[in-house]
Amino acid sequence: MSTLVGTTAAELARLLAAREVSSVEVTRAHLDRIAEVDGEIHAHLRTAAAEALAAAERVDAARSRGEGLPLLAGVPISVKDNVVTRGLETTAGSRILEGWIPPYDATVVTRLRAAGMPILGKTNLDEFAMGSSTEHSAFGPTRNPWDTGRIPGGSGGGSAAAVASLQAPLAIGSDTGGSIRQPGAVTGTVGVKPTYGGVSRYGLIALASSLDQIGPVARTVEDAALLHEVLAGHDPLDSTSLDAPVPSFSAAVRDADVAGMRIGVVRELGGEGYQEGVRASFETALGLLADAGAEIVEVSCPSFDYALAAYYLILPAEASSNLARFDGMRFGLRIEPSDGPVTAERVMAATRGAGFGDEVKRRIILGTHALSAGYFDAYYGSAQKVRTLIQRDFAAAFERADVLVSPTAPTTAFRFGEKLDDPLAMYLNDIATIPANLAGTPGMSLPSGVSEDGLPVGFQVLAPAHEDERMYRVSGVLERLLEERWGGRLLDVHGVNGGAR
Amino acid sequence: MNDVVDYEEAVAAFDPVLGIEVHVELGTRTKMFDGAPVAFGGEPNSRVTPVSLGLPGSLPKVNRAAVESAIRIGLALGCEIAESSRFARKNYFYPDMPKNFQTSQYDEPIARDGHLDVELADGTLFRVEIERAHMEEDAGKNTHVGGDAGRIHSAEYSLVDYNRAGVPLVEIVTRPITGAGARAPEVAAAYVQTLRDIFRVLDVSEARMERGNVRADVNVSLRPSPEAPLGTRTETKNVNSFRSIERAVQYEITRQAAVLLSGGTVVQETRHWHEETGETSPGRVKSDAEDYRYFPEPDLMPIVPDRAWIEELRARLPELPAARRRRLQAEWGFSDLEMRDAAGALDLIVETVAAGAAPAAARKWWTGELARVANSRGATLEELPVTPVQVAQLVALVDAGELTERLARQVLDGVLAGEGDPADVLATRGLRVVSDDGPLLAAIDDVIAANPDIVERIRAGRVQATGALVGSVMKATRGQADAGRVKELIASRLGV
Repeated sequence: MSTLVGTTAAELARLLAAREVSSVEVTRAHLDRIAEVDGEIHAHLRTAAAEALAAAERVDAARSRGEGLPLLAGVPISVKDNVVTRGLETTAGSRILEGWIPPYDATVVTRLRAAGMPILGKTNLDEFAMGSSTEHSAFGPTRNPWDTGRIPGGSGGGSAAAVASLQAPLAIGSDTGGSIRQPGAVTGTVGVKPTYGGVSRYGLIALASSLDQIGPVARTVEDAALLHEVLAGHDPLDSTSLDAPVPSFSAAVRDADVAGMRIGVVRELGGEGYQEGVRASFETALGLLADAGAEIVEVSCPSFDYALAAYYLILPAEASSNLARFDGMRFGLRIEPSDGPVTAERVMAATRGAGFGDEVKRRIILGTHALSAGYFDAYYGSAQKVRTLIQRDFAAAFERADVLVSPTAPTTAFRFGEKLDDPLAMYLNDIATIPANLAGTPGMSLPSGVSEDGLPVGFQVLAPAHEDERMYRVSGVLERLLEERWGGRLLDVHGVNGGAR
Repeated sequence: MNDVVDYEEAVAAFDPVLGIEVHVELGTRTKMFDGAPVAFGGEPNSRVTPVSLGLPGSLPKVNRAAVESAIRIGLALGCEIAESSRFARKNYFYPDMPKNFQTSQYDEPIARDGHLDVELADGTLFRVEIERAHMEEDAGKNTHVGGDAGRIHSAEYSLVDYNRAGVPLVEIVTRPITGAGARAPEVAAAYVQTLRDIFRVLDVSEARMERGNVRADVNVSLRPSPEAPLGTRTETKNVNSFRSIERAVQYEITRQAAVLLSGGTVVQETRHWHEETGETSPGRVKSDAEDYRYFPEPDLMPIVPDRAWIEELRARLPELPAARRRRLQAEWGFSDLEMRDAAGALDLIVETVAAGAAPAAARKWWTGELARVANSRGATLEELPVTPVQVAQLVALVDAGELTERLARQVLDGVLAGEGDPADVLATRGLRVVSDDGPLLAAIDDVIAANPDIVERIRAGRVQATGALVGSVMKATRGQADAGRVKELIASRLGV
C-alpha cells in the first residue's frame, strides 16, 4: 500500500503544491487501493479510472505550467451515487436507474471539477438514500472496514466506508436524516451536514427535498472543512440555496478554541436506548471539552421526542412525489407488462413494480397515504407543526448554549440482517440526527473513541443555522484533544486497515 | 329520451350556471421554471433542459418575468395580489408530465378576488366575479400514432414532445357565474374574448386562440330556479374559439336539460367538445375521489413580491379595453349603437382618425364598405390591402368635393386591387367629379330626348320621376357627375 493512501487531504494538498507528488500518482494510488480492498468492502458501485487519471493529468499539467490552482487541486474524491455526474452512470442504488448516464453535472460536481479534484468513482448507498445500513442498495451492501460482518451505516455507507478503508481521502455524501453523520459515527470518520441551503442540491437525486443536504465525508475535521469550502456557496439553480458569503471553515478548525464556549447537552438525545459504550465515550469527550475551558450545560428539547414520527411522515410524503418521475417513460429501466395491453399506465406500473425495492415501495405507499385527501391535515399538517416546535426547541436551546452535542447514533455498527426485518428499529438509529434535518440546522459527527465492543462511536455537534463554523471550532478542539489522548488517529491506532501503515 | 331539447325550452325550465377556467400561455422568453426557450413549434424535444424533462436531480427556479405577467393580469382583473403566495405539487401520473406532478398554485394563489365587466352584444355590461388567478406550468404534448385518427385507445404508439412542458401559464378561475339566464352562452364567449383582449393589451401573451395560447374549460350546471342550490356540473375541456365556447355552452344546456327533464341525473364528468358535430361527449369521470395529493412545493420558496414593485406595475398598467372604449366613445361622440358597430374595427378607426379623418367617416368606411369586402373575401379587416392612412386620404378627397361617395367606392376598389393610394387611382382611372355644366347639359339633353314619356310625367307634376332621368345621366357620365347638380339642371331644363 502506497503511503499516499491514508494521507489526509490537507497533507496531500501540501505535497501536491510542493510538487513532491503528482496528482496522477495520488489518484493512481487510490485507484490501486480500491482494486485491492473494494472487492470485500464494496464501497464503490463503479470507478471512473480513465476519467480520474485524465483529470489528474490536467491538474499536473496546469501545475507544471505554474498556474495558480485551488487548494485541493489534484486531490481525488469519491461521490455518492445519488449525485449526478455527466457521462458517468448514476443509479441512486436502484435498479430503476441502472445504466442511466446523466447528461449534466450536479452543481457540487461542477465545483469539484472546477477545483481540479479527480472523481474516483461513485459510492454505494441504500436505494434512493432510504436506509441506515446500505442493506437496501439494489447492488448489494457495503461492509464496515472495522468488521466486515457489520453495516457501515446508511444511507451513505459507501462514502464513509471508502474513506475509512483509505480508498479515497474524501467523499461526497447526502444527509436527509443522518445519512452522512451516522455512517461517519459507525466507521470512525467525520461527516458534516451543512445548514440547509448551504450547499446546492441541484443534481442531487431528491429523497425529501426539504430535508436533503449534501456535505463532506472525511477522515479529519480539517479535511471536512476544506471540502466544505469547495462545495458551499450560492447556486442560482437551487432556489433554496443560501445567498451569503462562505466563511473559512478550515480557519475555524485551525484557530479552534472552546474556552468560554457554552456546550449544551441535549437531555432527550441520550440516556435510555443508548448503548453503554456509546454513553461512556460521549462522557469522556465531554470531559475533555470541559477541561479545555468549555462550560457544559444541560438543555431540554422536549419536541425531539416527536421528531422521528414527524420525519417518517414528511420524508415519505415528499419522496412519494419526488420518485414519481421514475416511470420508464424518459430514462432508466422500462418494463413492458408480460401480458395484456401495453399502455403507458401499465408500463409505468410494471416498471415501478420491478424497479423499486421493498423499502422504497414501503415509503412511497406511506407518503402517498399521508398526502391523501382527508388525511393530509392529520399526517402531513401535524408533522409540519412538529417541525415548527422542533425549530423552537432549537432556538430556545441555542439561547442557552453556543452548540449542542449528543452521541451521533444510539448504538455502534450493528450486524447485517439484524434490523432488516424491523423497519422501526432501523429508523430509531437516526433518532439523534433527524432533528437537525427537520430544523434545517447544521450538524457533524466525529469519532470520540471506541465502545466496549471495539467499534467506533460518533460524537455529534449541532449549531444554529448559518453557524456551521461553530461546530468546526468545537470539533477541531475535540479531535486534537482525543488524538493526543489516543496517540494518533482512531483508524490508525485501532489498525482498522490492517495496520499496514 | 332525446339527447337534447330545444334551447328555448331548456332555458325556460332551468337556470344555467357557468364556471370558466381560462389558461393563458405567457409569452415569456423562457419557461416557468427553467431556461429553455418558449416558442411555438420547433423540432420535438429541442426546447428542453434537464429541468423541463424532469431528469433526476434537476430543480425548478421561478421565472421572474412570468411572476410579473401574472401580477399584471391580476391587477388588470381588479384582484388582490397576495402578500405571499406559494407553489404546490399536483400529483398525477401522465406521460406528458415529466415529473408526474404539475407545479402549480393551490391554496395560496398569487391573485384573488377580482372581477371583469363583459360587454354583451346589446351593450349591457355583465359582471363576472373572478375567484383567483394562479401560475402553473404547461404539460408536454402527446401524439398518438396509428389506429383511429390520433385517438389514444386505438393508437399503436404515442410520441411525447416536451417542448411545451414547463411553458408558463396563468389560470383564471371565475366564481359561479349566475344570472346570465338564456344569455349564458353569449356571456361565456364574451368573457373569454374580453380576457383575450386584456392579455393582448397587457402584452403578456400573443393570445392566439388557434395556437392554443388561450384555452378555456367551461363548467355548466342547471338548476330549476335561481333560488335553488347549484346543480351537478360538467366540465367541457379545451374549447378554443369564442364561437365554440358559445356553442358548447348552448349544447351542454340543452343536453343537461334533456337528462333532467327525462328524470335522469347529470353525471359530474369531464367532457370533450367536437367542433364538427357541435356536440360534447363524456371523457373521464371526474369525482371527488380524484386525489391530486397537493402539498407545498419544497423546492421553491414562497413568492413575496415587494409591495412597491406591485404599485409600480399597477401604475404602469396600460389603458384596458373597456376604459379605452369609454374614452373613445366620448371623444368621438358616438351613440352606444355606433360604438358597438365600431367594436370590431376600433384600432383601425383610431388610426384612420389619427390620419386626419372624421370619426364618423372613418367608422362608416371600416364598418360599411370595407367590412362588406372583408366578409366577401373571408378575410379580416386587418388583412385587407388598405391602410388606415389610405382610408383617411379617401375621406379627405370626398370632403374636398373631388370625389362623390360612389366614385370613392370605385377608388377604394382600385386601392384594394393594388393600384396605389387613392390619389394614384383617381389619376390613372381618370375618375373626376364632372362639375362643368357644359358636358352635363349635353348628356341631359340626350336623356330628355330619349325619354319623352318620363318627361311628360314630370311636367304633369310627378317630380319624383326625375330620379330615373338622373340615373340615366349618371350612367352616361360613368358616375362622375354630382347627382345633386344633375337634378337641378334637369329641373331648370324642363322648367319645373
